[in-house]
Amino acid sequence: MPAVQETVERVKRIDVDQYRYGFETLIDSEKAPKGLSEDIVKFISGKKNEPAWMLQWRLEAYRRWLTMTEPAWARVEYPKIDFQDIYYYAAPKPKKSVSSLDEIDPEILKTYEKLGIPLREVAMLEGVEPKPGEEDPARRKIAVDAVFDSVSVATTFKAELKKAGVIFMPISEAIREHPELVQKYLGSVVPTSDNFYATLNSAVFSDGSFVYVPPGVRCPMELSTYFRINERNTGQFERTLIIADKGSYVSYLEGCTAPQRDENQLHAAVVELVALDDAEIKYSTVQNWYPGNSEGKGGIYNFVTKRGDCRGNNSKISWTQVETGSAITWKYPSCILRGDNSSGEFYSIAISNGFQQVDSGTKMIHLGKNTSSRIISKGIAAGKSQNTYRGLVTAHRKATGARNFTACDSLLIGDKCGAHTVPYIEAKNSSATFEHEATTSKISEDVLFYCIQRGLSQEEAVGLVVNGFVKDVLQQLPMEFAVEAQKLISISLEGSVG
Amino acid sequence: MALLEVKDLKVRVEEREILHGLTLTVNEGEVHAIMGPNGSGKSTLSHVIAGKPGYEVTDGQILFKGEDLLEMDPEERAAKGVFLAFQYPVEIPGVATMNFLRTALNAQRKARGEDEYSTPDFLRKVREVSKSLNIPQDMLKRGVNVGFSGGEKKRNEVLQMALFEPSLCILDEMDSGLDIDALRIAADGVNALRSPKRAMVVITHYQRLLNYIVPDFVHVMSRGRVVKSGDKQLALELEESGYAQFEDAA
Repeated sequence: MPAVQETVERVKRIDVDQYRYGFETLIDSEKAPKGLSEDIVKFISGKKNEPAWMLQWRLEAYRRWLTMTEPAWARVEYPKIDFQDIYYYAAPKPKKSVSSLDEIDPEILKTYEKLGIPLREVAMLEGVEPKPGEEDPARRKIAVDAVFDSVSVATTFKAELKKAGVIFMPISEAIREHPELVQKYLGSVVPTSDNFYATLNSAVFSDGSFVYVPPGVRCPMELSTYFRINERNTGQFERTLIIADKGSYVSYLEGCTAPQRDENQLHAAVVELVALDDAEIKYSTVQNWYPGNSEGKGGIYNFVTKRGDCRGNNSKISWTQVETGSAITWKYPSCILRGDNSSGEFYSIAISNGFQQVDSGTKMIHLGKNTSSRIISKGIAAGKSQNTYRGLVTAHRKATGARNFTACDSLLIGDKCGAHTVPYIEAKNSSATFEHEATTSKISEDVLFYCIQRGLSQEEAVGLVVNGFVKDVLQQLPMEFAVEAQKLISISLEGSVG
Repeated sequence: MALLEVKDLKVRVEEREILHGLTLTVNEGEVHAIMGPNGSGKSTLSHVIAGKPGYEVTDGQILFKGEDLLEMDPEERAAKGVFLAFQYPVEIPGVATMNFLRTALNAQRKARGEDEYSTPDFLRKVREVSKSLNIPQDMLKRGVNVGFSGGEKKRNEVLQMALFEPSLCILDEMDSGLDIDALRIAADGVNALRSPKRAMVVITHYQRLLNYIVPDFVHVMSRGRVVKSGDKQLALELEESGYAQFEDAA
């Protein structure tokens, strides 16, 4: 049997049911009643003890949302979502406030343990700090703001961050403690009227992270959030806001997993980044939410709006994402290059297998002078999945000297999947330089046989070739994430080659 | 016991029979040349021995060290000591040659129940072997065969042969795409690997290669069979008279 044929046979037998993170934590949770109404919005706001302005903001978004319709332009298909059949709020039953990990429900901690998250965390908490002058990369400091279902259950390293002046806390807390910052920046990158899902998020967002890095500060550690969708039928609506003030730097890591469920779950997050003069934000995501089973049943609908605003001159925003999960991904982390000489980057690996549908890409909007952007996208489609890159690069009339380089490469495994590239390129001034390269290739039988003749199994051969294919992007990830991502890539392709 | 015994092998590709009962015996330490015109089945033979998918064996058998080779997965054959030097080695972008060599070598060792090489041991071994083949270290950092010249690709094949220490090396048209200097370097590498414990099957169109890798036996293939066997003298005769005389014999 030719190798490709064989791969296809094996793909038919994919068992995404063996989803590694498909376990469920049995803890009490507190839910709002199903469905969405002004009362639910008030309920959520009330649960969070929000000030009146926040409730008003949410209600305005809700009223606008009622007038909007779901977008249909993406290359994804799914049954109509009944927005009244979703729980919009679920929080683990509160145990008052928590100041250390000891106070957290052991069941929740176990969940994190299964995810392999707390290990480095625990090490840090036990005082395994590297001696001065010797940096142990495996124990590099990472502050974790854990979002369990909808509420941040623990925020650590607060003290050390505080020393540097960095604010890193659940956004629900920031609304109460730093209202001036939240009011100034929330919705300033993704306005409440932006799009159907962003508007929905604005009305009902439950929690998320808030980061503020003051002028001239280099954030002393990587900031990290792990999201996890746990409750049955709860939409998860995080809201993340990161502000890098003048001359500051911050690197933020977001990782996600969701346990296995039969029903589809909706996830509509909004992430807003603001970089002022000379500031830099690096935002990395590893997303491995439940992709659905081998019949295409279940899985997460991931409709996310992520946007960064290079508001200041010489600012820089860099998105790096490794997307392996979700039944449907609809996601375009973008950069608005407003400041002169600002730059935006988008590095992406999107892997789809089984019945997954991915429509993802970026938007680089050049407004300032001499702005530059770089897009490296690697799509890998296996099984019966569909993988679309959709990207917009545009230069405003006044954006003289704008430069963009785009490279979109797609790799197909088997012949039941599809890869599509949809670039939109607009230059409204003649001094813009845009380059676009795109390739689509198949893992050839010859390459696989070459590797196998040298002693590798079929699966190892595919893993090796794919990891080579995505190498440029993996190199952009912070080290410990890169290792995790590499493992994840192998895991998510396990089904594709038997 | 012979190292490799091919007995009355019949092979089909997409309903068409390519090998019509081929028999070949190779003992340890021997170098066999297989010559023949295009389409005579030379490459098919090498692919079937290595286990490339897409070939259907309808009759006959292949024994390797007395074991039924056709029952084994291709990676298992590699671990047992079957090495195919490809006519057109593939490129694998983004995978550093060094990483590839290590992954493959350790996969083979693991399959044999041996310990995997530690990084320092592996590096020492690669350095030693590549030095003897005149392969610059810089080449090992590049993607597998990416941007390699024809000569470099073939040297990379020989490097792997030296590193994996197989007991049977099949060289498929090693001379294709090589100028005379590159050919000499590659052939020198192969000759250095000749040993009483290792056999080689050299597949080629032209006698030229056999000036550098001198065979103990020469077999002429035509239309899916071995039609004549002899010593290195036979290759010289072929050079004179061509393959036409055998077309009728087949």
